[in-house]
Amino acid sequence: MTDQARIRNFSIVAHIDHGKSTLADRLLEKTGAVSAREMREQLLDSMDLERERGITIKAQTVRLEYEANDGQTYVLNLIDTPGHVDFSYEVSRSLAACEGALLLVDAAQGVQAQTLANSYLAIAAGLEVIPAVNKIDLPAADPDRAAAELVGIIGGSPNDVLRMSAKTGDGVDDLLETLVKEVPPPKGELDAPLRALVFDSYFDAYRGVVCYVRVVDGHLESGDALRFMATNEVHDATEIGFLRPKAQAVPTLGPGEVGYLITGVKEIDRIKVGDTITSDRRPADQALPGYDEPKPMVYSGLFPTDGDDFEKLREALEKLRLNDASLAWDPETSKALGFGFRCGFLGLLHMEIVRERLEREYDLDLVATAPSVAYRVTMLDGDVKELRSPQDLPEPNDRRGISEPYVKAMILGPSEFVGPIMELATSRRAIVGNMNYLSPERVELDFEIPLAEVVFDFFDLLKSRTKGYASLDYEPAGYRESDLVKVDILLNGQPVDAFSSIVHRDNAEEYGKKMTGRLRNLIPRQLFDVPIQAAIGGRIISRETVRAKRKDVTAKCYGGDISRKKKLLQRQKEGKKRMKMVGSVEVPQEAFVAALQVEDE
Amino acid sequence: MNPGDADRFVEAAAAYVHIPFCSAVCPYCDFAVVAGQDHVAPRYVGAVCAEVQAADPWRPLEAIFFGGGTPSNVDPALLGRIVEALVARHGITNGAELSLEANPEDFSIERASQLRQIGFNRVSFGAQSFDDTVLASLGRRHLAADIEDSVLAARKAGFDNVSVDLIYGTPGETDQSWGQSLRRAVTVAPDHISCYALTVERGTPLGRAVSAGAEAPDSDVQANRYETADRILTSNGFDRYEVSNWSKPGWECRYNLTVWAQGEFEAYGNGAHGFREGRRYRNVRRIDAYIQRVESGASPRAGHDTVTGWEAELDRLFVGLRRTVGVAEGPGTETFLASAEGKTLVDAGVLGVGDGRIRVTRPLLTDAVHRSLLALDGPIVKVDSDA
Repeated sequence: MTDQARIRNFSIVAHIDHGKSTLADRLLEKTGAVSAREMREQLLDSMDLERERGITIKAQTVRLEYEANDGQTYVLNLIDTPGHVDFSYEVSRSLAACEGALLLVDAAQGVQAQTLANSYLAIAAGLEVIPAVNKIDLPAADPDRAAAELVGIIGGSPNDVLRMSAKTGDGVDDLLETLVKEVPPPKGELDAPLRALVFDSYFDAYRGVVCYVRVVDGHLESGDALRFMATNEVHDATEIGFLRPKAQAVPTLGPGEVGYLITGVKEIDRIKVGDTITSDRRPADQALPGYDEPKPMVYSGLFPTDGDDFEKLREALEKLRLNDASLAWDPETSKALGFGFRCGFLGLLHMEIVRERLEREYDLDLVATAPSVAYRVTMLDGDVKELRSPQDLPEPNDRRGISEPYVKAMILGPSEFVGPIMELATSRRAIVGNMNYLSPERVELDFEIPLAEVVFDFFDLLKSRTKGYASLDYEPAGYRESDLVKVDILLNGQPVDAFSSIVHRDNAEEYGKKMTGRLRNLIPRQLFDVPIQAAIGGRIISRETVRAKRKDVTAKCYGGDISRKKKLLQRQKEGKKRMKMVGSVEVPQEAFVAALQVEDE
Repeated sequence: MNPGDADRFVEAAAAYVHIPFCSAVCPYCDFAVVAGQDHVAPRYVGAVCAEVQAADPWRPLEAIFFGGGTPSNVDPALLGRIVEALVARHGITNGAELSLEANPEDFSIERASQLRQIGFNRVSFGAQSFDDTVLASLGRRHLAADIEDSVLAARKAGFDNVSVDLIYGTPGETDQSWGQSLRRAVTVAPDHISCYALTVERGTPLGRAVSAGAEAPDSDVQANRYETADRILTSNGFDRYEVSNWSKPGWECRYNLTVWAQGEFEAYGNGAHGFREGRRYRNVRRIDAYIQRVESGASPRAGHDTVTGWEAELDRLFVGLRRTVGVAEGPGTETFLASAEGKTLVDAGVLGVGDGRIRVTRPLLTDAVHRSLLALDGPIVKVDSDA
């Protein structure tokens, strides 16, 4: 058990690629937790996908021991945070386990929206924020400008901003000293009933669910019966220990300490991130604040291209869920796409990562329907229903209104692009709020915008209109009533469920035109004219026609070569098996994929 | 023509003889042909005669068709030896049709008379077009005027059954030039006209050119041209009796009628295809391999498909539905009309039912009908052996 006065718990808040993982590696090396020889580059990001994309999905944590210039040895618990907007709840829980946060900014790129959002979270959580400029060794580095931006956010003097290079190790010693000096020690109550925060968990095939915990008050002892206050379940502490970074079992975790806990629970959704653990024998009166259950923000239907892969997809989802309690799904049947699952995701990145893992790690070929958000429908009797799929929208006569989730979005970009950014935002129904200049060159724009407008291609458009310089972050901002309609796409009079979408009335016509236009080019000519219509209820808002095919015959029959002709036709016939029948219209599988693809205009 | 006259050819016996020699190979052609090999012709003809002599005895032939290649380019005496061999082996019916394909570039009265003496009574000219620009872009070596001269020569030599083949949809052809081509074809007063859409085949010079970005024939344009052809020919007394074939009443090609009525026809020569006693068979495609096999006493067959029972019934529909008269109802049509695809075809107006027959009423969609037929109750094509 470590004296709280010698514990420092901190996280690193940084944008993707601003050097968080490299810095973590350097700290492990400097404190001797891992020898340089053992050092695998970016040790903390262990998932392949994380390494590849350079982003952290699951937070990891490590206990470092550091002998400071004052001769004392300090325990530094580095609590890693997921680096993306989709995981803001997880970020907030990680921050809640800390007393300090290192705000790390790339000397060449300066502050990004995501850094800003997370530093606001850190400030709001009452953390001591330590500003640092990284990558000062880069030729394009402008540490003074980056430092000025940091000061613009958190105040203070540019001289107090640390300057370092995690890559070369320059300035890392200063950083360690600063952490010891500036991050306040924990102030937990030694004799109070146990209260420990679960700030992350993962599934281990041999050990079951492993929780990462921060003891706030009291002691966590191996063998104790523990009560999880949110779920109200009691589990024994089978094993507790430190992460250095390898697991090291210890008998006790005292107040202020960070470590892991194994209870024997096998199902990850029985352990909730943000839950408070107390002693079953001597429970605390009050749980730690801030517990919430993360809810899916974005839904999409996932269908195997090959219908026979349905079970394989289910198994793969179940395996992913072992480590991702936020992943939720229900079976879904589409007339057009067959059997699949309606999946809920925390956000777009989460959705993309899940899809990519399913395809890559489980070798599945998937068709994903357009992402939709969780609409809320107020029925005539006042009942509120949550809508996961556009097809479930009740008839206009049965409902009083529809509301949609809004987000508070923050865009950070060069001030020369204010015009294009505003234009994009207002074209997407955004309500523009504050404009805040971090420096004469960098501006922060705040606004509220329907999540549905963000989920499709907003980020790509933002990047293309600002030459890649603007960054975006958002957080949920509740629901608002909107004038929404369901647009159905009909092929030869038959609605195609996979193409139905809920859109704002003002955008319905544009959406209808876009879809019918795309489909006209994707659907092969049939024996008859195929009308492609977009409709709101019974009203047609746009129409295209795939003209009947006129000629489908081989003129000659190869001098009586009937067999060859049959084989040729047989091959063409095989090709047609990959078609899906929508009523009597043959639609190639690729058409579904292509029609639902986000355009790259 | 009336359905009974068409269907009676199911009883017919016919023969196809492949003559692979051409003075040059046209850029669109993917038949088993060679150019510059005329010196092989005598030996090749010897092999064909040997193949005829080795054939199982049969009933007298009602039609013999010399296709190619360019049979008219070969010494008529050589063709005569094959005719003699066929007559000796199988016999021919009284008034049998003896047809050959000819090119207009070198079809003289002398040549025509020699062919008449051998017994040929029908000639089919590879005219392709009466537009000299189109002829050039098709790589043909004759002009429109040569076609007129050739038809005249054939008439003078006593051919009372003359056919003209045309190709439509060549890039560079216009609606107007196609219309003119058809009218000039009608003016030379043939008894039979075939119109084929230019088809881009892989492995041909045309196929390679199109892959490399050359203009390909447009399917809708070809549909328009086909409709133009049907209109002009019909108004000039020609009836369409098969997807691509029109004739004055009574002047249908009897070899063709045999093939489409699911009658039997033997095939001789390299790459030739026949149908006899429930087998659709094919000969090896290369000339040297063909000659070598026959000369060594081996069979020139490359393989065959057995077409019996249910498969034969579907096969009857497959070939018969290319005809305007369609096919008589039977177990196959019953199953077809009851199938989902069959119903769709009827609903779309592609298949017509009546008078105890079914017909393809939109001949340009015949392949769509064929593909649907292939789906009926398992595959019809069964390969027993292949070379």
